[in-house]
Amino acid sequence: MSSSTGTMSAAAAAVEPGGPAVAAPGFWRRVWRNKAVVVGFGLLLLVVVMALFAPWIAPYDPYAQDLANRTVPPFWYDGGSWAHPLGTDPLGRDYLSRLFYGARISLLIGVAVAIISGLIGTTMGMLAGYFGGKTDMAVSFMVTTRLSMPVILVALATVALIGGSLWVVIMVLGLLKWDRFAVVMRSATQQVRSLDYVAAAQAAGASTPRVLLGEVLPNVAPHLIVVATLEAASAILLEAALSFLGLGVQPPLPSWGLMISEAKSYMFFSFWLIAIPGGALALLIFAINLAGDGLRDLLAPEGRA
Amino acid sequence: MSAVPQPNPAEPVLEVENLSVDIATPRGPLRAVREVSFQVKRGETLCIVGESGCGKSITSLAVMSLLPAAAKRRAKKLSLLGEDLLKASGKRVNELRGNRMAMIFQEPMTALNPAYTIGNQLTESYLLHRGGGQAKARERAIELLGKVGIASAAERLAQYPHQLSGGLRQRVMIAMALMCGPELLIADEPSTALDVTIQAQILRLLADLQKDLGIAMVLITHDLGVVARIAHRVAVMYAGEIVEEGTAERVFASPRHPYTRGLISCIPVPGRTERGGRLGTIAGVVPHLVGDIRGCSFRERCAYARPECSANAPLRSRGEHRWLCVHEELPA
Amino acid sequence: MGGYILKRLGLAVAVALAVSMIAFLLLRLSGDPAIAIAGEGARQADIELIRKTYGFDRPLPIQYVDWLGKTLRGDLGESIYFKTPAAPLIFAKLGTTMLLGLLSLAFALAVSIPLGVLAAVYRNSWIDRLCLALAVLGQALPNFFFALLLIMLFSISLRWLPVSGSDTWQHFVMPTIALGYYAAPAFMRLIRAGMIEVLEADYIRTARAKGLPASQVIFKHALRNAVVPVVALAAVQLGFLLGGSVVIETIFALDGLGYLAYQSITYKDFPVMQNIVLLLSVIYVVLTLASDVANAWLDPRIRVA
Repeated sequence: MSSSTGTMSAAAAAVEPGGPAVAAPGFWRRVWRNKAVVVGFGLLLLVVVMALFAPWIAPYDPYAQDLANRTVPPFWYDGGSWAHPLGTDPLGRDYLSRLFYGARISLLIGVAVAIISGLIGTTMGMLAGYFGGKTDMAVSFMVTTRLSMPVILVALATVALIGGSLWVVIMVLGLLKWDRFAVVMRSATQQVRSLDYVAAAQAAGASTPRVLLGEVLPNVAPHLIVVATLEAASAILLEAALSFLGLGVQPPLPSWGLMISEAKSYMFFSFWLIAIPGGALALLIFAINLAGDGLRDLLAPEGRA
Repeated sequence: MSAVPQPNPAEPVLEVENLSVDIATPRGPLRAVREVSFQVKRGETLCIVGESGCGKSITSLAVMSLLPAAAKRRAKKLSLLGEDLLKASGKRVNELRGNRMAMIFQEPMTALNPAYTIGNQLTESYLLHRGGGQAKARERAIELLGKVGIASAAERLAQYPHQLSGGLRQRVMIAMALMCGPELLIADEPSTALDVTIQAQILRLLADLQKDLGIAMVLITHDLGVVARIAHRVAVMYAGEIVEEGTAERVFASPRHPYTRGLISCIPVPGRTERGGRLGTIAGVVPHLVGDIRGCSFRERCAYARPECSANAPLRSRGEHRWLCVHEELPA
Repeated sequence: MGGYILKRLGLAVAVALAVSMIAFLLLRLSGDPAIAIAGEGARQADIELIRKTYGFDRPLPIQYVDWLGKTLRGDLGESIYFKTPAAPLIFAKLGTTMLLGLLSLAFALAVSIPLGVLAAVYRNSWIDRLCLALAVLGQALPNFFFALLLIMLFSISLRWLPVSGSDTWQHFVMPTIALGYYAAPAFMRLIRAGMIEVLEADYIRTARAKGLPASQVIFKHALRNAVVPVVALAAVQLGFLLGGSVVIETIFALDGLGYLAYQSITYKDFPVMQNIVLLLSVIYVVLTLASDVANAWLDPRIRVA
């Protein structure tokens, strides 16, 4: 692997073994003082609550069309009312309810893709970092190959070939976005591998899986969490783009990206139709990135620029 | 272009009076340099000697206005060739730096920009301060490389720093400092990072250049051997203060401050120091310099300490030889 | 430096081959390509004929080698939808996309370098915090949403720029901004980090001691050293920009490779789809190689070894 290839070296140079920062005294105080984490997680919590409690707090069924009340503006416009606080879409569906249910989809995508790609990438990265040699070369080659392929194109093509749906999107993105996990986990594992207690566990005769899971993993966990938040945000954006192009989640699901797509022909007269889901997306990504940055400062400050 | 009147040979090139530097720390200001005063004349070498952390490097940075942002400088007087450096604007300071006063640093390996050729870095300050063209600057660079003893100067101009050895790089640094013909050269431990044999060469070179060009030189070092070799005058620094100052002969022959005495006795002398005998040491560590400091800062480690030392360490002098001590004369 | 280039070249070729294999297999995802080409409700005999004509009945490895051979000779098959040879179609559009990619990269750098330098020089001041805030906000905005906002502002409200098409330079302004802004935060952070590190270096102190004005110290001495990783990232980002052009080109109907990719995906035009993926991946491999070489060249320690 070239030491000058941007992505690999940038990640490799940035990683050092943790020693769980959580264990350090004054950890929770540092958490509260870290504004990024507080604001980020605060906003995130808001969205999670929206999503989790959607069935109870949404005033209407997000799929229920009310053709008598099409494209009603939100309450702060003329012609708006509190009956539909955020208005309705061109098919008369309540926008507030669709917003809440859309949060579910975005969060589901983010979490699911992060888990799937995280499992794949972390396994590859840890094996490469732990065993080195041929394993490392093989994994590095796979990462380089994967990095050479344009994700959104491949995702689009695959979805077109198989057919679009929420689960197809999750699977496709999960199988494509493991590269950063692999790179970061590889570096982190390499650093940890040479530490004393790993050697001690090996000397005590622990089996490889045990060493990896018991000694290595807890120490690389901080980096894993940071990468996971960033990849989740990226996945949410990708799904939104795919759905926007019609090749992601299919109607009538209230994916925010899809909502923007459905509204784009009306955007001049009914700007809120794209502004609300667009703003929601931006807010969610902002929250996740902020929280991720803050987490990185707390857990793995050496990774920070 | 700097319009500087011809230097009066009798007037000191650099005058420093009551210079202090405080560095902001979370626990209060660190008094890194405390009321330091000295002068350097044309053709004279002043060595500032002291252990690590005594403030000698910071003193030199303060003179050059190269202190980090967290450091605050104040002085009663700080002038170069009669010009007040304290009141000088940033622009004026830049005009003087590299031009009338120059500095070379300890680590030749990292002091040169790896991305540009030697020639580029040499001619840079000359082109800035003197104008003229590339050709003239090159000529000057070759002349100076020759003066510092680098053969095949023309080829060297096209080389990059990593292609030169440490000793060569330091010579280049010296040449670079002299490009505009400064009246003052400050050298911060110029030979410390080099091999012993190269050290001697560099020091010899500096001494020769001084005789040749008549520059005033301030040489900072922790090594008394360097002082013995090259200094006309010595200033011994301890914990941010100059505790003794005078001509090199006087200070070596009859050191008045207990610290200076201790330093000199640490030097093993063939013939005098017993074989297998213990090397002299000065017990104790440098005191913390945060907050208010009263009395003599050396008293904790001093073999001749008296109760009065915690109140004050008065300035004593005998001719040009000055020192800070309660004692007029130390017991033999 | 020659040996270094050769090694990188070898790796590049290997990766390109791996990518070609994946692009080849991508097509087989949808199941039987013969059926796909024949269309819905085709007769069995027709399907068999197609299978024989296209050679789909041969073992897969042989098909791959055959396909690779044809591709290297420039025969990229025929577009099912446009009914013309795929190669001239694809290469005609490549120019537009490359132009868009380069313009977007230039835009991203033009924005990020000054901001990154400012943030580093005034580290931890309000300028720094503002730049970092802009970076986080920039990365939170989905690019398709931003594109729509740009259209609302510049096309519909102000009427300064055209919405779609690719005839004049004005058609490229909004796509450039919409595509490029997303890459700017990464560059800004990199420049900021690099500058902060470089400004602490000894040779900067030497430069200041020579009386060089601040601008010369920052731009000649510091930036030159801090910019090295940016070059590597620039090549990588260009690859991402080219891949990501699908969404932007589609929104603005900019007649480039991305738009063609979208059309071919929508119309299930396999030969074109497959070859676009392959082409973009190979371009990416070449870009990575170029970045490695540039990196080595920028560091005189490697160049004049």
